[in-house]
Amino acid sequence: MKNTPFTQKHIELGAKMAEFAGYNMPISYSGINEEHHNVRSNAGVFDVSHMGEFMLKGEGALDLIQRVTSNDASKLTVGKAQYSCLPNEQGGIVDDLLVYCIEENKVYMLVVNASNIEKDWNWISKHNTGNVEMHNISDKTGLLAVQGPKAVQYIQELTDMDIANLKYYTFAKGTFAGVENVIVSATGYTGAGGVEIYFEDKDDNAEKIWNEIFRVGTPQGLKPIGLAARDTLRLEMGYCLYGNDIDDTTSPLEAGLGWITKFTKDFTAREILEKQKAEGVSRKLVGLEMVDKGIPRHGYKIQNAAGEEIGYITSGTQAPSLGKAIGIAYIRKDHAAEGSDVFVMIRDKAVKAHVVKIPFA
Amino acid sequence: MQFPEALKYTKDHEWIKVEGNVATVGITDFAQRELGDIVFVDISAKGQSLGANEIFGSVEAVKTVSDLYLPVSGTITEVNPGLESNPEEVNSDPYGNGWMIKMTIDNMAEVNDLMDAAAYQELVG
Repeated sequence: MKNTPFTQKHIELGAKMAEFAGYNMPISYSGINEEHHNVRSNAGVFDVSHMGEFMLKGEGALDLIQRVTSNDASKLTVGKAQYSCLPNEQGGIVDDLLVYCIEENKVYMLVVNASNIEKDWNWISKHNTGNVEMHNISDKTGLLAVQGPKAVQYIQELTDMDIANLKYYTFAKGTFAGVENVIVSATGYTGAGGVEIYFEDKDDNAEKIWNEIFRVGTPQGLKPIGLAARDTLRLEMGYCLYGNDIDDTTSPLEAGLGWITKFTKDFTAREILEKQKAEGVSRKLVGLEMVDKGIPRHGYKIQNAAGEEIGYITSGTQAPSLGKAIGIAYIRKDHAAEGSDVFVMIRDKAVKAHVVKIPFA
Repeated sequence: MQFPEALKYTKDHEWIKVEGNVATVGITDFAQRELGDIVFVDISAKGQSLGANEIFGSVEAVKTVSDLYLPVSGTITEVNPGLESNPEEVNSDPYGNGWMIKMTIDNMAEVNDLMDAAAYQELVG
């Protein structure tokens, strides 16, 4: 099991630890509900250093990214980031990722899921026919997500970069907490606002950044947050989690990721996906809210009133901010409209739910 | 963590308090800590006669669900009505207000096979 630059910190702070994607990660500190509410109403810090980072450099970098990703990276200018995915040859998803434009047409950073680092690296390398310079900097890059409505206000004093005015999906590069060469990005996986902070894991950078963030934040209620609350926060927003809601067998169009699938350029499986779009998909990823009591969980089957199987749950939880049980599910198209009644099979009981809009409210 | 002396314990982290041939059952302090915030206790086995180690319900935490196993054979006579609206009492008071069921015991000999507080503490220690 690998450690992040902060693993020892989490253990010292008494976090409940577990393996996630091969890393020893904090699952929770004071309790999921409390951590969740702290992020929604105030601010919290997530260690997400397990995420993977690749640098792509050179004249052909943009062309390579355009060919392997579904979104249109030619729209990116310096300081902008983009959510995208890597389609496979069958129109499934190798991974979802963020593309950062460090230098237009020349230098890009791709941020990928920890569980897919090797798979993505091999996939992109295979398509790298133009000898683009590629660096896997995952092991020497630290990443903290400081999320919540108060996050930016607390940490602004640690840098000269104007992070308080960073627009969503833009980033700045500079000195943060005395550490040089830090990227502060107005992105995140919580829907609560805030930033993600990338830095080189060398010398005492990690220690400095962690300590400074908590020095300014702790008096105002900033707390460390585990992966469990990260999951409930993202689920309330309806953000996809690779391996749960999307994978090699699900298409971006089924997953509601049509908005990052741009047919204005050529990319892997473009023809398959274009055909899918024209003909319509047979199932859709939708939000479910439980009407009767029960909590949907990954893998539970879904039936219609006639008892026919029409889909399955990909993620589910009791939503701490909403006070109700919610889930995300693939459902046959004829039952996927908002308001449709469906039945989640929970321990052999059919428990009523209906299809709702995402993000959940 | 608490391990009350008066209770018996199972390897599945239930406790049982025996009074005559009647017993109260819940989950241990260790179990509630492992599960985290409990949001729903689902027991529909009232009136049913079940064998030892049979599933009598489930407990849902925010992130996970866990089956509940009957410590000894018997009949479930009551389900804690307070858990319907306050399931979090399983977290805050697992041996008190967070109790789950009351039951009658078929065979008192089965109680003797369960762990005492010291043995259980050693198991989870």
